[in-house]
Amino acid sequence: MSKIKTLEDLMKIKEKAVKELQLRDTGKRGKITVAMGTCGIAAGAKDTLKAVVEALSENNINDVSVVQSGCMGLCEVEPTVEVRLEGQEPVVYGHVTPENAKRIVKLHIMSNQVVTDLLVRRGEI
Amino acid sequence: MKPMLVLVSVDSNSVLLGAKHFVNYLKDLIGKYGLQDTVDVLETGTMGVYTQGVVMAIFPDDVYYSVRSTEDVEKIVTEHLLKGRSVLSLEIPKDRLKLVVEKEKVSAETRIVLRNVGSIDPRSIDEYIARDGYFALHKVLSEMRPQQVLECVKASGLRGRGGAGFPTGLKWEFTAKVQADQKYVVCNADEGEPGTFKDRLIMEGDPHSVIEAMTICGYAVGATKGYIYIRGEYYGSVDNIQKAIKDAYEYGFLGKDIMGSGFDFDLTVRLGAGAYICGEETALLESIEGKSGRPRLKPPYPPTNGLFGKPTVINNVETFANIPQIILNGPEWFKSFGTAGSPGTKVYSLVGNVVRRGIVEVPMGTTVRDLIYRFGGGLVGGKDLYMVQTGGTAGTFIGIDKLDAPLDYDSFKNYGVSIGSGVILAMSDEVCPVDVALNTMQFFAHESCGKCTPCREGTRLAVQILERMSKGQGKLEDLETLKQIAYVTQEASLCGLGQSINVPLLSIVENFRNDFIEHLKASSCPHGVCEFIKIQKSKVKT
Ligand SMILES: Cc1cc2nc3c(=O)[nH]c(=O)nc-3n(C[C@H](O)[C@H](O)[C@H](O)COP(=O)(O)O)c2cc1C
Ligand code: SF4
Ligand code: FES
Repeated sequence: MSKIKTLEDLMKIKEKAVKELQLRDTGKRGKITVAMGTCGIAAGAKDTLKAVVEALSENNINDVSVVQSGCMGLCEVEPTVEVRLEGQEPVVYGHVTPENAKRIVKLHIMSNQVVTDLLVRRGEI
Repeated sequence: MKPMLVLVSVDSNSVLLGAKHFVNYLKDLIGKYGLQDTVDVLETGTMGVYTQGVVMAIFPDDVYYSVRSTEDVEKIVTEHLLKGRSVLSLEIPKDRLKLVVEKEKVSAETRIVLRNVGSIDPRSIDEYIARDGYFALHKVLSEMRPQQVLECVKASGLRGRGGAGFPTGLKWEFTAKVQADQKYVVCNADEGEPGTFKDRLIMEGDPHSVIEAMTICGYAVGATKGYIYIRGEYYGSVDNIQKAIKDAYEYGFLGKDIMGSGFDFDLTVRLGAGAYICGEETALLESIEGKSGRPRLKPPYPPTNGLFGKPTVINNVETFANIPQIILNGPEWFKSFGTAGSPGTKVYSLVGNVVRRGIVEVPMGTTVRDLIYRFGGGLVGGKDLYMVQTGGTAGTFIGIDKLDAPLDYDSFKNYGVSIGSGVILAMSDEVCPVDVALNTMQFFAHESCGKCTPCREGTRLAVQILERMSKGQGKLEDLETLKQIAYVTQEASLCGLGQSINVPLLSIVENFRNDFIEHLKASSCPHGVCEFIKIQKSKVKT
């Protein structure tokens, strides 16, 4: 990595990063974000993340990306997972155990059904 | 009216599903668990919700269930009505409740500090840059003189989010004005205030915002070295901050000649060992210097005589996290949020008996009521709110008469409600103020560093008195003694710990005076919490 000296350098990284983020999303239907703050991890987010990745690969889904983030602030219902599919409102699920993660992949990702019993928030913050 | 209401939808359809039977079963269970006085059951017509079961709605929680068997009813009674936990597997999501009267919308948060938290990958510097990260640093280094940065921060009206609310721009200016061969920037990430966890959220979710801000601060005040003092248990924060520092060095946002400007800045992490007092700025500086964490006598203050005796800016994590946005968007933009005296937003940790415990960021001036009911979803199980602790252990205890106080850095002065570090701890009447006061003073007695007598002995005495009261052996004079302790400790202590004990102690004794008085007279704790020792109190009057 070379040092950034000028605004152009910085813009270049930004453009590249924005593009990469888009690239990650283009050709993709959407993304699943697993909140990996301390409360999330304490509530089992690592297993959740693993289950999401496994469920996607078991079902040969490669048009949905999986990313990690900090905590979304919904500590009461950790582990939390956000699903963003193209053209749809983002949906946040709570209490996502590995089993629930599999259900989310099966229902929401594969058959476009919101898993209503796990739903905690819809729409942008 | 009883505090909780269960509405059961009974119509031609649901009767076939067993609605009548469920209502009877529900009433039986309510009797069995002794909930007759708290829960009402009403039958109502169709609720316009079509599920495969009978719809039961619980108020004020505003939770709707689809019930298909008596086991479901039992779950709702034992989990929700008794323990206040929703039964997720039976719950009908709100968006399916088409005909139910449109609920007041949960108001959106206003995110300045948390704008990236929960949405970017905190371990990717590129994602931070994609969200305009390090553009503020570039702007500062390429277009602004240090004096202009100071003016900008001063004009924004930003005040310290660590609790005391000191104007940040002014603090920076004190340090900038002093001539010295070395100056420092320190980030206070000790986050010791019980119940607070906002700084952790920021460091875990958006570590670069803190690093960028500290570098900007270094440029503004002429400091070339920075320390982030993180409490040791915050593994996730330490990890993400360290990764972020490493990446920032690689990109040249830290180190020598940052972005070709000729400005150098180095940043290091130091770990705290879990003492509350090490969050106090001078004790923290001692700790960084490798000494034991005892406060220094002030003045002189850190801006002129700080770390290793050199001029030092010390700010809280959340304070710093505001800086890049202020630089990019300007002070006027920042002042469009919040109140005149306290612009911007505040990140709150909602804890205690609220339904949605967690973190919210809202404009300064939001009332305690809104925080608890609009953002926190009210109290679990529809219980009555009795007491709220605002601002952390060093903050205030208030009753429900003060819920409409708009919180900012003047609300303590104006309404006796402290914003402190942004904790909102909601408590139902199942807690007892005397017990809470005891607990609070035990905390201070334990955390007092012992350096000065009023604080060390005052807290110990207060604990003794409160212990007596909580055993039903208090005297009326004890209340006066508690107040005396509060005043003396405030006046005569060396550091902020002792100096602010009066805030929690006086607020609880004054706002909940009746509870204390009752403990003197009653034969058992009115809240059923404290265990009275029953001796000599048996003179029966006839
Ligand atoms: C006993 C005590 C504990 C404190 N703990 C913290 C803390 O954990 N985090 C914090 O930011 N400030 C804490 N403070 C406040 C700091 O002393 C200092 O005011 C603050 O770091 C200044 O930063 P700010 O202006 O950005 O708020 C504490 C103060 C006292 C007296
Ligand atoms: S006031 Fe308390 S914590 Fe502060 S120096 Fe004195 S004894 Fe230590
Ligand atoms: S802080 Fe992690 S879940 Fe809220």
